Amino acid sequence: MAAKAIEVNNLTFSYPDTDEPVLKDINFSINHGEILGIIGPTGAGKSTLAMCVNGLVPQVINGEMEGTVKVNGSEVSESSVAKMSEDVGFVFQEPENQLSQMTIEEEVAFGMGNLGVPRDDMRVRITDALEQVGLTGFEKRSPLALSGGQQQRLAIAAVLAMRPSIMIMDEPTSMLDPKGKNEVYDVLKNLKDYGMTGIIIDHEVERIAAYCDKVLVLYEGEVQMFAPSEEVFTNIKKMHELTLNAPQVTEFLSSYNQAFGKDVKLSTTLEEAVDNFESVCK
Amino acid sequence: MEPYISVKNVSHKYPNGVTAIKDINLDIHEGEVVAILGSNGSGKTTLVKHFNGLLKPTKGEITVGTMNTKKERISKLSSRVGYVFQNPNHQTFLPSVKQELAYGCKNLKMTEEDIETRVQKAIDLFRLEDRLDDNPFDLNSSQRKEVAMASIMAVSPKVIVLDEPTTGQDHKGCKRVLELVRMFQREGHIVVLITHDMHLIGELNCRTVVMNQSEKIADDHASVVFSDKGIMEEAGLQPPQITQFANQITNLDEMKTYLTVESIIEWMKANKEEDVKVGTGS
Ligand SMILES: Nc1ncnc2c1ncn2[C@@H]1O[C@H](COP(=O)(O)OP(=O)(O)OP(=O)(O)O)[C@@H](O)[C@H]1O
Ligand SMILES: Nc1ncnc2c1ncn2[C@@H]1O[C@H](COP(=O)(O)OP(=O)(O)O)[C@@H](O)[C@H]1O
Ligand SMILES: [Mg+2]
Ligand SMILES: [Mg+2]
Repeated sequence: MAAKAIEVNNLTFSYPDTDEPVLKDINFSINHGEILGIIGPTGAGKSTLAMCVNGLVPQVINGEMEGTVKVNGSEVSESSVAKMSEDVGFVFQEPENQLSQMTIEEEVAFGMGNLGVPRDDMRVRITDALEQVGLTGFEKRSPLALSGGQQQRLAIAAVLAMRPSIMIMDEPTSMLDPKGKNEVYDVLKNLKDYGMTGIIIDHEVERIAAYCDKVLVLYEGEVQMFAPSEEVFTNIKKMHELTLNAPQVTEFLSSYNQAFGKDVKLSTTLEEAVDNFESVCK
Repeated sequence: MEPYISVKNVSHKYPNGVTAIKDINLDIHEGEVVAILGSNGSGKTTLVKHFNGLLKPTKGEITVGTMNTKKERISKLSSRVGYVFQNPNHQTFLPSVKQELAYGCKNLKMTEEDIETRVQKAIDLFRLEDRLDDNPFDLNSSQRKEVAMASIMAVSPKVIVLDEPTTGQDHKGCKRVLELVRMFQREGHIVVLITHDMHLIGELNCRTVVMNQSEKIADDHASVVFSDKGIMEEAGLQPPQITQFANQITNLDEMKTYLTVESIIEWMKANKEEDVKVGTGS
């Protein structure tokens, strides 16, 4: 059987200065070509978990780790962070921390340089990546002379240009306008069509529900749910218990059923919600 | 009534030659809550940084109260206008949360007793008891943003400008921001709020200014703006999912724009319209 894209077994992790582990016995796996959404309240451990997948935790950000993380079948702890970055692209939660160069094109070139991408190829990839995030024409500008959302777009472009086979994005759309948010998810979907794998952390559940194959719900360091998106988001009671919300259409159908004693099937995307509502309420 | 903030024919050109806002006119009155929407790079942050004098118009004039922002010092303006940065890394913080919370009040030479009460109120609202001795730089960006909001709340200036307050906040955090804005409004503040969070605007249903490519292209009630397809498309905006859902259902009041889940349920209860039909159009 082919190796999973990502496989996490009995993962427990503590930062040096904390008594309680921030990740507790985490188990999950995803196949090549799947997109996983990770949701959970602030402080649940989402970023820490994501950084375990590319080895940043515990190799660069120290702490005590138990259990195993495998990417494409090999143990992450056995390869260096530099080696990992060939396969696993990582968009950080705070884009500014990722930016270091004088111009936007140098910024996009930077990660590729570390991978040893030839010059000519770089040109093409820079143009390509900037186009995907809507920053064509900004090549010579300083990353500091960008708006917040434009910086976030740049951070994504820099990772896209490295063409990783696994893409991990930690709240990549938090500062993007609605169109930009859609574009990021479309990028993920495109990657999926090429058999690539993605993990996205986000608080806005509507898009997670529409684009992700599976969802992992993290709460105080524990996996509370790990299932197909539909299954996770229709479990409204549990979502609310965990202080989370479901997509607005799911919340509506649930409230509607409750208020009027009906039994419309809960759905998690706009189109399906309209269809379900129609079929029952005519 | 005289507007409290008056923006007259204002343009701003950054030193690198980028014109970020063009010929903006905008009046804001006592007690108003005004949202500013628009795509990344459309000029929202540039515009609001003029209100407390962080930026000066390169053309046109702004008055706040009776002060011309070109002629006043930032320290004077900031007693009237509090600004929570989009990127809390750009805000300088003192070494502890406790000191940070008192800083603004101390600058305004309030009495110790007064400061104590105000700071305590902010601590309670943001549940910061356990973090008072933390260094703000050890907090993550959404927590830092909460500290920034709390310290402005302690000062309680006439005008409160929040630049993307729900960025990086979880569901609970977003609800807290919403309550905070409502509280500011009840207490008679002017609130200016930049956001890409359409749910937040749906809940607030407030006056909404739309920026696009450095210009103001709309200024109306959120429900009016959200039902104006031309404006929404031009500015790359999308109404909340529940509004899109409601638009596809007939038997709701067609003249109404529904911005929240509750508003539909309430309307149905009032009109006994639980057996709603789905429209063929839109
Ligand atoms: N310090 C700066 N120097 C030069 N140009 C800048 C600077 N900051 C922003 N700009 C440019 O000014 C324009 C408006 O930027 P602004 O930050 O006001 O946008 P915004 O509407 O707040 O966007 P976002 O939603 O991404 O925060 C953009 O074209 C941006 O690239
Ligand atoms: N570098 C660090 N050192 C110590 N504690 C940390 C560090 N980074 C995060 N934490 C703590 O670990 C927990 C999980 O954090 P994080 O993974 O950032 O959660 P999330 O991404 O879900 O908001 C939090 O309690 C946070 O304060
Ligand atoms: Mg995080
Ligand atoms: Mg901005």
